[in-house]
Amino acid sequence: MTHDHAEHLHPDHPMTDDLAPDRVLSGGPDCEAALAEVYTYLDHELTDVEHERVLAHLETCSPCFEAFDFEAEFRMVVASKALSDEFPDGLRMRIMERIVQIRIDTSVDDGDGSTPAGA
Amino acid sequence: MADQESFADQAMEFMPQLYSAALRMTRNRADAEDLVQEAYLKAYRGFGRFEEGTNLRAWLFRILTNTYINSYRAKKRRPDETDLDEVEDFYLYRRMGGLEAARASRSAEDELMDFFTDDEVRDAIDALPEQYRLAVLLGDVEGFSYKEIAEQLDIPIGTVMSRLHRGRKSLQKQLHDFALERGLSGAETP
Repeated sequence: MTHDHAEHLHPDHPMTDDLAPDRVLSGGPDCEAALAEVYTYLDHELTDVEHERVLAHLETCSPCFEAFDFEAEFRMVVASKALSDEFPDGLRMRIMERIVQIRIDTSVDDGDGSTPAGA
Repeated sequence: MADQESFADQAMEFMPQLYSAALRMTRNRADAEDLVQEAYLKAYRGFGRFEEGTNLRAWLFRILTNTYINSYRAKKRRPDETDLDEVEDFYLYRRMGGLEAARASRSAEDELMDFFTDDEVRDAIDALPEQYRLAVLLGDVEGFSYKEIAEQLDIPIGTVMSRLHRGRKSLQKQLHDFALERGLSGAETP
């Protein structure tokens, strides 16, 4: 079963002067079923049977494959740019000092540790 | 049972990861530092309850997320539920042909990676209402499963899915808006 997407998609003629969507998705019920699962598919949260069904569709439908591929790439963009790699000087040391202090406080009590120290 | 003595050896290496996530949660450095410190002290005190051999990173994130929700959300007195406008599926993909064409070349595989700046991605995440921001952060950035996110946020899996899906679409719309604001000129060089 194939669907003709060509009339819906104009990847080579983007409407740059128009803010309206320039790609129209879904050529039929198979496409709609696959597209509806794009996130659960990319999240690896489908059952094996469902996953296989979507995968089989993507292997035969390049417009859907492109849409999935875009979403997967977008996910990588978000994951790789979302976090800054800054880390404040001294935070590790401050936390270690607090932990050492807690350890000292609790060991002063010693015994079975049933009495919380420094309360 | 995990030995408290080994806490530093095992848990300290995750601190930069937790700080980065805390920064996206609190959107401010001072609060992020406080949040990470509070989470680590809680984790140390509760380390006896950590089951050795299970996922320590997930356990630490759970404490971080809980601490954020309990301390920082209350502090900011933010409304518990902010709603998002419904955004259509594949929002960015449907429009990206036009955006890409505004650039000189559109064939490179890393086109999309170069299109948005780090700041735009971070600002777009920061602009999400809290419950969507947390879901997207835990799912798309930290890579936790629906089940793990459900446990961390203490919400049903169906709610995780809807927050994640709506948050993602809203993120795409926000990034598209940013791209339009800079006049489809493409990403500035970093």
